Amino acid sequence: MKLDCKHVWEHISGYLDRQLDPELLAAVEKHLESCEVCSAILDSTRNILVLTADDRTYELPVGYSERLHAKLEAVIAEDEKS
Amino acid sequence: MKIAAQEESALIWRIVAGETQLFHQLIRPYEKLVYVTILTMVKNEAEAEDGAQETMINAFRHLKSFRGEAKFSTWLVTIAMNEGRKRLRKVKVAAETPLEIPTDENEGDFTPAVLTDWREIPLEALERKELRKKLREAVELLPEKYREVLVLRDIEGLNQEETAAALGINVTLVKVRLHRARMMLQKGLVPYLKSEAPGRGGFFRRWFQ
Repeated sequence: MKLDCKHVWEHISGYLDRQLDPELLAAVEKHLESCEVCSAILDSTRNILVLTADDRTYELPVGYSERLHAKLEAVIAEDEKS
Repeated sequence: MKIAAQEESALIWRIVAGETQLFHQLIRPYEKLVYVTILTMVKNEAEAEDGAQETMINAFRHLKSFRGEAKFSTWLVTIAMNEGRKRLRKVKVAAETPLEIPTDENEGDFTPAVLTDWREIPLEALERKELRKKLREAVELLPEKYREVLVLRDIEGLNQEETAAALGINVTLVKVRLHRARMMLQKGLVPYLKSEAPGRGGFFRRWFQ
């Protein structure tokens, strides 16, 4: 199986999620070995995934948890009364 | 902080049976999940916090109707998304709705940004605060159906099946939309991911090593 760049791009997500079947995986890897363009695209996409998974990308507002549980406490207390 | 599934169902059972105080413990691992889900929809922190509180209150009030077939996290996400939608309708942010991209799901023609000189992105670049801000902005700009898949899969770390269940779509569609969402982000973020040290591209490095 020989892939051109456009085909490789279609499989970048599947590649990063390790979901390609062995034959396709081999073809993608072979292409990546010799193609700087696709390797660069792959790397940048991988870096974006590092960022999306980074806990610091989305942070909870200060005091969020306390306020949430205080509110819940009130609702639970009301529920217990009824 | 994640509770094992078995322990979690036992907890739910006890809460429904009357030990309502345990609800605090049940939802602790999901505080962020619910907040981020709503934040990426309503794009406003205060609104997201209110929505997260409402979601948890709703979950408490309807816990009896939670069926064990779904995962608790998936069930919570569904409630959170409904809450987010409700708030969106209220605020009517129609003006901000991003342009829809042609939507033939079978077509896999989303092209990434092609550049050759940023292969080696210094790790420090990923540490930069403004890059995380850019990422949040890029996520906000994604059309809704792509954004929701990306948020659940890549930001909140749900697996494919959980994402499909939470959104009521099949796994194939999750994969297609996730791929497109990632390619759109890649395209939007490339200028910021660019290495600040030109000439240190991987191409030459590799050849001269």
